[in-house]
Amino acid sequence: MDESPILSVKNLAVSYKTRKGEVDAVRDVTFDIQRGENLGLVGESGCGKSTAAYSLVNFLGPNGHITRGEVLFKGESLRGRSESDLRKLRGADISMVYQEPMSALNPSMRIQDQLAESLITHRGVGKKNAYAESLEALKKVYMPDAEGVMTRYPHQLSGGQQQRVVIAMAMLNNPSLLIMDEPTTALDVTVEAAVLDLIAELQRKYNTAALYISHNLGVVARVSDKVAVMYAGEIVELASTREIFHNPMHPYTMGLMRCLPDVDAPKGTRTLYPIPGRVPSPANLPHGCIFAPRCEQVRGECTVDHPSLIEMEPGHQVRCLRRPQDWQEVRRLWSISAETSLNLATGPEREKPAPETVLNLEAAKVYYPVPFETIGGLFGLEKRRFVRAADEVSFSVQRGRTLGIVGESGCGKSTVAKAIVGLEPLHQGKIDFLNVDISHPLHKRGIESIRELQMVFQDPNGVLNPSYTIGEQIAFSLRRFHTVPPHQVRAEVERLLHAVKLDESYYNRLPRQLSGGEKQRVGIARAISTNPAMIVCDEPVSALDVSVQAAVLNLLLEIQNTQNTTMILISHDLSSVRFFSDEVAVMYLGRIVEIGPCEAIYAPPNHPYTTALLAAVPRPDPEAPASTVRLGGRVPSAVNPPSGCRFHTRCPFKIGAICEQEEPACLDLGHGHRIYCHLTPDKLIH
Amino acid sequence: MSTAQSTTNQVPSSLARSLSGLWSGLKELAELIWSSPTAVIGLTIVLAWVFVAIFAPVISAHTPLEQDYKNVNKGPSPTHILGTDQLGRDVWARVAFGARTILSLGPISVFVAFLVGLALGLPAGYYRGWVDEVVMRVLDSLMAFPTILLYMIIISALGASPINVVIAIAIGGAPGIARLVRALTMDIRTREYVAAAKLRGDNDLIIMLREILPNCRGPLIVDFLLRIGYAAFYIGTLGFLGLGLPPPTPDWGGMVQEGHSRMTANIWPVLSATLAIVTLVIGLNLFADGVREESMRYQ
Repeated sequence: MDESPILSVKNLAVSYKTRKGEVDAVRDVTFDIQRGENLGLVGESGCGKSTAAYSLVNFLGPNGHITRGEVLFKGESLRGRSESDLRKLRGADISMVYQEPMSALNPSMRIQDQLAESLITHRGVGKKNAYAESLEALKKVYMPDAEGVMTRYPHQLSGGQQQRVVIAMAMLNNPSLLIMDEPTTALDVTVEAAVLDLIAELQRKYNTAALYISHNLGVVARVSDKVAVMYAGEIVELASTREIFHNPMHPYTMGLMRCLPDVDAPKGTRTLYPIPGRVPSPANLPHGCIFAPRCEQVRGECTVDHPSLIEMEPGHQVRCLRRPQDWQEVRRLWSISAETSLNLATGPEREKPAPETVLNLEAAKVYYPVPFETIGGLFGLEKRRFVRAADEVSFSVQRGRTLGIVGESGCGKSTVAKAIVGLEPLHQGKIDFLNVDISHPLHKRGIESIRELQMVFQDPNGVLNPSYTIGEQIAFSLRRFHTVPPHQVRAEVERLLHAVKLDESYYNRLPRQLSGGEKQRVGIARAISTNPAMIVCDEPVSALDVSVQAAVLNLLLEIQNTQNTTMILISHDLSSVRFFSDEVAVMYLGRIVEIGPCEAIYAPPNHPYTTALLAAVPRPDPEAPASTVRLGGRVPSAVNPPSGCRFHTRCPFKIGAICEQEEPACLDLGHGHRIYCHLTPDKLIH
Repeated sequence: MSTAQSTTNQVPSSLARSLSGLWSGLKELAELIWSSPTAVIGLTIVLAWVFVAIFAPVISAHTPLEQDYKNVNKGPSPTHILGTDQLGRDVWARVAFGARTILSLGPISVFVAFLVGLALGLPAGYYRGWVDEVVMRVLDSLMAFPTILLYMIIISALGASPINVVIAIAIGGAPGIARLVRALTMDIRTREYVAAAKLRGDNDLIIMLREILPNCRGPLIVDFLLRIGYAAFYIGTLGFLGLGLPPPTPDWGGMVQEGHSRMTANIWPVLSATLAIVTLVIGLNLFADGVREESMRYQ
């Protein structure tokens, strides 16, 4: 066997041209990838992961180029190769898998043509053989109904199937190196789990080396042999996956792990430690250690000397001025302080006031009309069809508590949220809020109901109007609801900024001067400015980096604890839902399939769908056992939901005809834990 | 007492803040223009014409209306640097004063067109549904007319005068602007800050004007610049067709119209006016293109 590495990168530096001059986005990056090895590249966004990977095959676009260093692929240098040489290499010996499968596939070509094209151009295979080989490749990635898929167009496949096609395409020419850039980030957890299984298996089978870029530690723990942690354009720690997760030595790596909510830890049993500050822009890096401004264990020398990557233990390289023994002491102190802070947080059991229902949904339906397909529809000749985005959803939320709503994308979580706040009209059913009927859309609701019910949005970039300063936007709400007298508006805005841990200098800043996490805080400040009884949070942290997620979750928890605010948390991330929720509702295709106290949801017995969701969560521990419960297929159309139990088309525990014909009755397990399934409770413990 | 004080203190401070905001905005714009050679060249040409228009009485020895009966239809000479036209009027003076007409009518008519386009495009894009259908079908039928035919119909119905030129160009330009505004509005109304405004109970007019309109400004500014170029071009065309400003107002298009039958004898009035229109339109287009390209780079 060949001992030399497939890919060897030495002191790589990449820079981008900007209006303000050249900026070094990646500096001094050195790593090797051996045959059959999977190197995970992790870090927050803006750390240079993708830049480093794309520079290997000169895929940086017109503004970027390698300034220093060497890239050896199978012992030969890739730097300075002509574009046509590199093009031959890409797709043949080095393949790439991107984040968005839909944009990696040509929407106007059949799958078979796209697959065959790569074989015909790179290897000069005949057309007939190319098709045969393409079919073979689809079978390799366990594509169900491979023959059928060959003749389909990309839009006719689900996200998971598309990503399988992309992986099949990448594997077609038996590449020596596979570069994967967040290949599962755009997918649902259930699909992600299946794709990760596939990647792991393909690598074992074909011994392909891979560079795997991800921001998700759980994902990297599942697929990688070695992990390189990148921060602000430099590798700060490089070691085997086991070492990284069990014996991290760089404060940034430790920070990344301390800020993750744990899907196996109930509410109030764990504190999250966000990493303060943000990734510095490569244009103005701090002096000395680049992590020093965010490091809690910073010492005088850290701001003077720039540490180099040194081998602290065999095979474990770290870029830090401290030594491993120092960190052992720090970690001991951390675990003590974690216990005390937790004791403070839970403290003497908060006395529970008599439960008071704040919000109650009764058989709420949100239907979107499907546009008519024929002109006859305009004259009433066509039956109106509806997308049943939310169907007969009923639940209630008590004051001061959090209801988490989970499910895959397209299951109606956000629709329910929008219907509650009044952004979507209700088709049928009833919503009561503080004993007032608010079943009608916003402009018919009373101003008090509007004020008491606020929302925190998902996309930090869309949440603030780019044309106004932060202060003005919060002030809009204060003026609208006359929360404070006009001359106190500014003082009140500053108080709110302090409440979300921003200082008053933010008053005059524009949204584009803020990071994603800061924008989300302003969004929260705006929501709490009206003193609402209830806040609906629609995926409040899913677009944020992990280190910032923790800070926002902590903030929401603090607001709830101090102001007794009732919350609804909508998320696809089961870990953050567990961290934050008292009750959880699991939705599938517009229906609630399971609802109950948080602890009951995260432990058997469960609805089969909940079981599959829980099994799919990637855990940041390389030794976590891989579950066998996996969901295939895609969420069916909500225009024509399956008969009987809506989950029967994908259910791994389907009993038989009864699932297809009868709607499951409610199975009440006590304490408000309800499951809608035909299985008996003892069979629900899988 | 103390509250009254804080209010009075806030007024100058907020004024200073908005002034400094305006200043930094202008500085940013200047930086953006400066980094694009295309925009700088375009702006230089346009500013040269603005200079000519402002200082027309200073930089020309004659007025545009005075007639020199001894020198009719002459080429350039020391007294008339671009020669004279068929009535013995100084061509340079008419070009210089003509710049005043076109540089004031152009922006004014485009501004009016924008007011109409915004009033139609914002509600169409925001409400969609039947409002959108009605507005867009009316605009489509307006757009079905060839532009120049539309102008001719409007001017011949209303008569030739500066105000009617403005009206004609505003009506001709409004559908295109309304379409652009509608498209931008349809995108922006799905943003979450618009949802946040609804959750404050803001009414639709406030949402359109305060939340949506300011965020359309980038593409609208570029469109505005481009349209001033088109407007200059169309004002020239209208003048050539005899539908521009009534004589003897100095008007570039009119100069071409009056001179083109005598072009073989004296090309100077036609050539000067044509070059004037061409350089101004090219200048405006270069400026608009440069601004657009530069603002889309590095994204």
